[in-house]
Amino acid sequence: MNTIGRRTFRRTLLRLCLSLTILSLALLPGSAFSQSGGELRFCLRSEPKTFDPLLVDDDASLSIRYLTGGVLARVNRHTQELEPELAESWKVSKDGKQITFKLRHGITFSDGTPFSSEDVAFTMQRLMDPALHSSTGDAFRSGSGAVSTKILAPDQISIIFPAPIAGLDRLFDQVAIMSAHSSRKEAAVLGPFMVAEYKAGSSVLLHRNPNYWKKDSQGRRLPYLDAIHLDIQSNRDVEMLRFKRGELDLINVLDSDYFDRLAASSPGLAHDAGASLDSDFMWFNQVATAPIPEYKRAWFRSANFRRAISGAINREDLSRVVFNGHAQPAVGPVSPANKFWFNSKLKAEPYRPDAAMQRLQADGFHLQNGALFDKGGNAVEFSIVTNAGSKARERMAVMVQEDLGKLGIKVNVVTLDFPSLIERISQKFNYEAAMLGFRNVDLDPNGQMNIWLSSAENHAWNPQQKSPETAWEAEIDRLMRAQASAADPKKRKESFDRVQEIVAEQTPFIYLVNQNALSAVSSAVEGANPVILSPQTFWNAERLTLNATTRASR
Amino acid sequence: MNAARKLACAVVLVVCVVSLAANWLAPAGYARQFREAPSAPPSRQHWLGTDEVGRDRFSRVLYGTRISLLLAPAAALVSTVLAALVGGLAGYLGGIWLRLARGFTDLFLSLPWLFLLITVRALLPLNVSPLVSVLITFFILGLLGWAASARVLSTSADALRNSDFVLQARAAGLHGPRLFLVHVLPNLKPVLYAQFWISIPVFILSEANLGILGLGVAEPLPSWGSLLRELEGLISFREEPWRLAPLLLLIVVMTSFQLLLSNEEVTA
Repeated sequence: MNTIGRRTFRRTLLRLCLSLTILSLALLPGSAFSQSGGELRFCLRSEPKTFDPLLVDDDASLSIRYLTGGVLARVNRHTQELEPELAESWKVSKDGKQITFKLRHGITFSDGTPFSSEDVAFTMQRLMDPALHSSTGDAFRSGSGAVSTKILAPDQISIIFPAPIAGLDRLFDQVAIMSAHSSRKEAAVLGPFMVAEYKAGSSVLLHRNPNYWKKDSQGRRLPYLDAIHLDIQSNRDVEMLRFKRGELDLINVLDSDYFDRLAASSPGLAHDAGASLDSDFMWFNQVATAPIPEYKRAWFRSANFRRAISGAINREDLSRVVFNGHAQPAVGPVSPANKFWFNSKLKAEPYRPDAAMQRLQADGFHLQNGALFDKGGNAVEFSIVTNAGSKARERMAVMVQEDLGKLGIKVNVVTLDFPSLIERISQKFNYEAAMLGFRNVDLDPNGQMNIWLSSAENHAWNPQQKSPETAWEAEIDRLMRAQASAADPKKRKESFDRVQEIVAEQTPFIYLVNQNALSAVSSAVEGANPVILSPQTFWNAERLTLNATTRASR
Repeated sequence: MNAARKLACAVVLVVCVVSLAANWLAPAGYARQFREAPSAPPSRQHWLGTDEVGRDRFSRVLYGTRISLLLAPAAALVSTVLAALVGGLAGYLGGIWLRLARGFTDLFLSLPWLFLLITVRALLPLNVSPLVSVLITFFILGLLGWAASARVLSTSADALRNSDFVLQARAAGLHGPRLFLVHVLPNLKPVLYAQFWISIPVFILSEANLGILGLGVAEPLPSWGSLLRELEGLISFREEPWRLAPLLLLIVVMTSFQLLLSNEEVTA
């Protein structure tokens, strides 16, 4: 072998060794070469309406904000505890009006501009600007007057509110910090990913933020994934088919039908995280001016009647039949999944048609030829309106119809398109009973203020009261305001526990079921741990990675 | 009558008779919920299995067929009468009346049907029994479905207005309603029959469309529309082929109607 031949051989050998080393490093899961975590793929079910983190109001934009936005403190979706993120620590003043953050050092935005307390001040000022109409900002509006910020040092800032805000620190989970100085505006982010490409109506591509500050316990820079590809796809059948074909890695929220089919074919991929915060419920129209007969209003305003109806509904059957067992009988306004705020003394209303009939008889109702009549001789008949297109809710309504039929009550189920339904229940009040669901993303009861205050628009059974029409509603008003103005979590919990008890006694809402958090995760994804809080499957996106086979094939 | 038409006639007849005998043939009531066996496969007790809340699917198909097959012709009758009044009269009168009627029918045809139906359905009173709701649904379909037929009838009536026998009748001193009822309307009969038969499958499918949106016949009453809703989310036909029974029945009945129709149209 001559000199040139030997050199060529050495070079070839060197290249081969180098290639093999790179390949082996790349194929090792979670190895030191962890920056090749691959490209995760899943679907957004609608077009994101905005990329501005302060204007987010829809699910798709929320997902993008969660993946790209850096926040001062984050609610750990697994433990439900608040954990420090961009802020090392914080302190809320005793009067609940001020919060002071101590920020981390050496953090930069995705475009390289440094992060400091000026960015926090800029974000808060913009968030609280009334002209912005930010729903995230609305949560911080506790009273009249402006919100001010005080920069104490480049790494320390105080935010002062005009009135106390209960659970103030947890609200910062929703506030993605924006750069005060970057020319790239919302494109400069502090989260694990950044928006790289957006094709309207088609997809959003997120790339790893090269300047993300967080490292894992072994000192490796997060996130592991190289990119996340989000397809915009509203058709759930298509989403499921693509997941089964291996084109998608996650489905964040699954219906029970899809879940069971997936569990039957691929048991390891379907995840049931247990009862979620979401609830389905029904209520009766108690509005004084509603265009319904006076005798029916009298039924609906009777706690005995409402509790009798509640007791005549077989919630176990609803959970088992409608949701194939992937739901739990609901207890009240707070799901048992909400570890801190749920009143554990309360239990779901048991199915006891005999006791229900006794309650009705106590109110003067009586059976005649299999039909129930009130003391005035009026046959008990009412309609339940619900939104067309929700199969689960329609099935529940049919089952409630059958359950109440056993007491001699005639129920007419009416499905309406959503705008017509909303118009009837919130403007014209031209309905008798309604069945809807509540998607609860907030653990804190402050998120339910607009439901429980008698003056609130969403006080569904009798909204916008000038003064509480019943003693128990006045008591709920008092307790909700008390919990909202108290800084001590224990005192807040005491107040809200009592609210839950009053709701159980008076039954303004007849809570039916809490659906389970169902999701699907491909076996290609490593590190996934689906939870009940949103976003169920990718809450720990920065620690997810794809297995070697999938990485190699994509 | 050719063989295909005879077969179609027999199919429609059998389906009608069987559905009319639902009270005796159905193994269970259409509303009865066997909650211990939701979404069950076919068995001796439930020939076509059960639906999502455990109702016997075979019974629901029988009752649903009866409702759709009885009420769709009723709706077709309403729409054909309306079409005869608007289209037939306008064609007979001619001139500005014909232009006005055509403009009005064109406007009516350009309306988004489905949204119109949804709106009208939402305006109806809530506390009506399922039976009344089904009558209302088909009556609305009949009220809104006349425009296409009216257009065809106006053209036919217009042609008749200038025909020799009508001119001769006019020359003999016949005018107004008598001329329309005695000479024009009887000659429109074949077109009216054809429009009537064409409308039946259209209304069945319209009710099915409303049912798929959850806006058709009220629960627990079944109709083909509500039965077809069960197919939502069915990914693989091989897993539960019995769920396709209502769809197959719909296809068979619609095809039979089309075979019957083709002959009617030839006659027309």
